[in-house]
Amino acid sequence: MSAFLEVDDLAVSFPTEDGVVKAVAGSSFSVSQGHTLAIVGESGSGKSVTAQAIMGLLNRGYADITGRIVFDGTDLLALDDDEVRRMRGASMAMIFQDPLSSLHPFYRIGDQLAEAVRVHNKVSKSEARARAVDALHRVGIPSPDKRANDYPHQLSGGMRQRVMIAMALINSPSLLIADEPTTALDVTVQAQITELMSELQRETGTTLIIITHDLGVVADMADEVCVMYGGRVVEYAPVRDIYYSPQHPYTQGLLASVPRLATDRVDRLDPIPGNPPSLINLPSGCVFHPRCGQREDVPGDLCRQAEPMLVDAGRDHLVRCYLADQAGAR
Amino acid sequence: MNDRVLEVEDLKVYFPHKSRGVFPRTIGQIKAVDGVSFDVGAAQTLGLVGESGCGKSTTGRAILRLVDPTAGRVVINGTDVAGLSRRAMRPVRQQAQMIFQDPYNALNPRQTVGAILAAPFRIQKVDPPGGVKQAVRELMDRVGLNPEHVNRYPYEFSGGQRQRIGIARAIALRPKLIICDEPVSALDVSIQAQILNLLQDLQSDFGVSYLFIAHDLAVVRQIAQRVAVMYLGHIVEMATREDLFAFPLHPYTHALMSAVPVPDPRVQIERERIVLGGDLPSPLDPPPGCVFHTRCFIAQERCRTEKPELREFAPGHTVACHFPITEPLSGGVIHGPDSGLVEPGDGAPGYFSESITDLGAVGTTRLDSGEPGDGI
Repeated sequence: MSAFLEVDDLAVSFPTEDGVVKAVAGSSFSVSQGHTLAIVGESGSGKSVTAQAIMGLLNRGYADITGRIVFDGTDLLALDDDEVRRMRGASMAMIFQDPLSSLHPFYRIGDQLAEAVRVHNKVSKSEARARAVDALHRVGIPSPDKRANDYPHQLSGGMRQRVMIAMALINSPSLLIADEPTTALDVTVQAQITELMSELQRETGTTLIIITHDLGVVADMADEVCVMYGGRVVEYAPVRDIYYSPQHPYTQGLLASVPRLATDRVDRLDPIPGNPPSLINLPSGCVFHPRCGQREDVPGDLCRQAEPMLVDAGRDHLVRCYLADQAGAR
Repeated sequence: MNDRVLEVEDLKVYFPHKSRGVFPRTIGQIKAVDGVSFDVGAAQTLGLVGESGCGKSTTGRAILRLVDPTAGRVVINGTDVAGLSRRAMRPVRQQAQMIFQDPYNALNPRQTVGAILAAPFRIQKVDPPGGVKQAVRELMDRVGLNPEHVNRYPYEFSGGQRQRIGIARAIALRPKLIICDEPVSALDVSIQAQILNLLQDLQSDFGVSYLFIAHDLAVVRQIAQRVAVMYLGHIVEMATREDLFAFPLHPYTHALMSAVPVPDPRVQIERERIVLGGDLPSPLDPPPGCVFHTRCFIAQERCRTEKPELREFAPGHTVACHFPITEPLSGGVIHGPDSGLVEPGDGAPGYFSESITDLGAVGTTRLDSGEPGDGI
């Protein structure tokens, strides 16, 4: 299947007083139509900035963006602001982590949803309102015609996230990016929201990118997984390969350090030593090498001297590690 | 003497709910914690699990008198602290300390690490052998910080390192009990494991007991020997780690466990899923009868009227439920009432008979499906 969204060598940096923050450097991945890609990483890995670059939410006058983002045949980085604005909310939409700060506190949710319709479609107010109520119904909000008159503060966190999903999907976008959509929610509510998102995706065939640090949510929802570290994609593979045959030492370390419910308990977790790198002062060579337990396995001082490329390790599995390169060559 | 470091008996914390206006009147009570009892043995960890608003943090804070309990007994190492004055409470704080969730806000940004870690000695007028400076360096070394960074400020450290500072401060006076309020939930996964290991090491080195408050069941299972599950101000189930995770009895415990997504795609497909409907009811107006009945998938008439007491179902395993679940649930998806996820007109969603039809719908979708949008 051809790529519906293709991100090619994306780099984003922000000049600051303390130096240039290289938030993303060399991010490449693609998503097929109707699939779900999970971008996984810890804070500062560049996952949210990647999403913002795709949605055109970065201030081009401030952030330095290079590379290519091809969405359904269009290079998004070549478009001007107006053109991007027309696409945003129509053919691509985004859900944020914190629904309370993404909804306007002074307007009724029905009006906010209707506005999203009228910005992109020439329809009457009553038609927009009807679509808004229908969208609320689809995301499982009880008595949607009454709830449409509520203000955001009158809704619970889970209900607000449903409103956000309704708003994102109201113009039937072909691409939906969800940035930590369930992180701020309690687990029982989180289960409701992930189920709702899967269900809606099945109905609409929307291509979905989920950005999360929660490996459980990834296992639940993703078709493909992209693991980011220090602004780089370090591994990209179908979801099962990520979990059952991870190749990059960081992915392996991440999986080993999660406490689990479904397997036998281990007496001691096996954490990744050290701390994530500073994006202003990245380590030389492979950005993960200071924390990597396997760098001794690479001949010479290669990991510290030169950054490995993202190489094909077979079966749609891309890895940025010298060790994986050897595995692919075998 | 017994070896229980902490005993909590029928602890209640009510907050007044005031009317608005110039002369606010108390018009109700928010029952944040409503009759909670448990104890923690020496060098043991009790995990206190629940979702936001269940009263787990308030319980922890009431024990250390950061909020005042409305009723009940709290005995820390033999001293009943529930009625103590602030002054009388001070020596108790040598024995009971706290680690907070957010290491960014728990440290004074204008003090160096050295000053932060010297404060416990200064306030409690403790003179450690070798002097305070030496003690601070040893503490930093013990929690995995470089003692050379003693003159740095909190902002110069990462989140995980800041949590290490918080831990060093808590263990400075070798307390018998540390209340850990969500100590790892603000941290990245790889750092979270480091901190959990550190807490475990400190326990085996110093024999400190933990009351470990968390919403993450997997984390609690990793660190706690016994676990109590809270819902709306009540403990609904308490057992050893092994019993609770192998034989959960309360439907809420089942729901909580099944809601945690497991980082394993195959398991994730096959496991039992319970999707609870709705949200936590308001503690201002808790439901009559069993507090969980409004979201429970096996609730019956009795649950709506009669409040279940916490009773011992098996040795060391207590549960507050009229109809504890003793048979393993079948795989698949079980919807709680009012889940809002089922189309209206589908009949009464939410009970066992209904659930099986939903099985494939959620479980097996995406991992195998090459064809998007193709319903299964």
